[in-house]
Amino acid sequence: MPLVSIVVETRAVAKNFGDVHALLATDFTLGQGEIVALLGPNGAGKTTLISLLLGLRKPTAGKVALFGLDPRDRRARTRCGVMLQESGVPEFLRVREIVDQFRSYYPSPLERAAVVEMSGLEDKSDALIHTLSGGQRQRLYFALAICGDPEALFLDEPTVGMDVEARRNFWVRLRDSAASGRTVLLTTHYLDEADAIASRVVVIDKGRIIADAPPRVLKSRVETKRVSFDSSQPLVDADVAGLPIRRMAAADGRVSIFTAEPQSVLRALFQRGFELRNLEVVGASLEDAVVGLTAEGRD
Amino acid sequence: MIVAQSRSEFLRLIRVPAFSIPVLAFPVMFYSLFGLPWAHRHIDGIDVGSYEMASFGAYAVISVALFAFGVTVANDRGSKTTVLMRATPMSPTAYLVGKTLATLVFALLAIAALFAFAAITGGIRLQPLLWLVLAARLLLGVFPFLTLGFAVGYLAGPNSAVAILQLINLPMSFASGLFVPLDDLPLYVRSIAPYLPAYHFGQLAWGAMGAPVEPIVTTVLWLFGFTVVFAAIAIRSYYREESKTFG
Repeated sequence: MPLVSIVVETRAVAKNFGDVHALLATDFTLGQGEIVALLGPNGAGKTTLISLLLGLRKPTAGKVALFGLDPRDRRARTRCGVMLQESGVPEFLRVREIVDQFRSYYPSPLERAAVVEMSGLEDKSDALIHTLSGGQRQRLYFALAICGDPEALFLDEPTVGMDVEARRNFWVRLRDSAASGRTVLLTTHYLDEADAIASRVVVIDKGRIIADAPPRVLKSRVETKRVSFDSSQPLVDADVAGLPIRRMAAADGRVSIFTAEPQSVLRALFQRGFELRNLEVVGASLEDAVVGLTAEGRD
Repeated sequence: MIVAQSRSEFLRLIRVPAFSIPVLAFPVMFYSLFGLPWAHRHIDGIDVGSYEMASFGAYAVISVALFAFGVTVANDRGSKTTVLMRATPMSPTAYLVGKTLATLVFALLAIAALFAFAAITGGIRLQPLLWLVLAARLLLGVFPFLTLGFAVGYLAGPNSAVAILQLINLPMSFASGLFVPLDDLPLYVRSIAPYLPAYHFGQLAWGAMGAPVEPIVTTVLWLFGFTVVFAAIAIRSYYREESKTFG
């Protein structure tokens, strides 16, 4: 195993909010130079995990080390750049003014011009923050995240509120930023986003990490079609024995089969004499994939 | 860090007309109503125009301090700027010192505007040194109002902070004799006044104009006491919020 220095590491870290178990005991390691996407539906625990990594929340149990330090240590924060969901900045400052303010927090910040250029805000440098659009605002938060020339970027839902083109431009900027050796951890609920940027995807659901693999590997597990139909007779496992299916679910007389080979499954079902009504074949959504991965985890 | 922080804090104050216009214009406006008619009259050897200028100078500094601290702190909490700041290496000291310096500069602007108005329209003339002494006393006495603003900023929401601060500012300034001399106020108000921070702050200002006031040590002790009490309330609210937001 190559010796890679660790940016952040958790040991059995868990977080409860009252009776809600937002994050169950989790081991997570982020190595230097990695670009990792934390993927999962809303409420899965992504933001909770990132808050614990950054010391914005105290763990209920377990430990977090950021650059080998307590995440609440200023020396650790000096090496990080952060974009958070729903965190604001003073509305009556200009873009260049808040960038300068944030640059002043770091020992060796990037030049203002470089920050503005890297975040695509060249023509908005003199604009007051309250005049920015949603997408421009996200770019400003990205500017504030990179202005300290951080070794690691922690981005919570960085492309939320962006249209397709803006998201693609953001990915380019993020890749440029990562090409210089920066470690990146971002949360997203878009599979294509994780696929486009990350070298490793961590799927999180109901407070647990349920998959941790390069996107290629994950996609081969996830690239599944959902075949669904109404059936007069309930299907049992024996009915689909020997067929290349990953998972079968039935509810209210409607059967869903997840498979990478829908044609051969359907052919076999017809041959076996099943009557399939209201047949539908669609690509499995991320939600299906996460459900599938959760089901695999239980096997 | 502190220079950049102070600069940002000052810019965000001066760019909000709802803040900058009232705190710069109200003291001048009130002085023209309550102070100017009395310019060049003397009561017990005290020039009433100068006395009133000191009163409204105190009122100006109190307004700036309460609103600059209270409203921006409440806004920073409401917009979750505090959360983003927490994720940076900014030191809490820089945050507080930045706000304090921005407040002092703004307070200096407010009293400079008032002094210029009083000198030009009221013909108020003081020894050159006395202008500076009055300004220095007004700025040095600001601390109880900074910590009071900070406490309200941490207790109130961004929408209620302005209303609450105004409900504190106007009655307190009035009952402390900053608008109308205490001798002209009802007895019950006069009996409350010595327990108000603005009253002791007023003592600091009136003393500079040669009016008979309580001993300076008494004034300083009262102002120091209020500073500590309000700071304690602010720190308690801060930690309460800290455990809620970052716990």
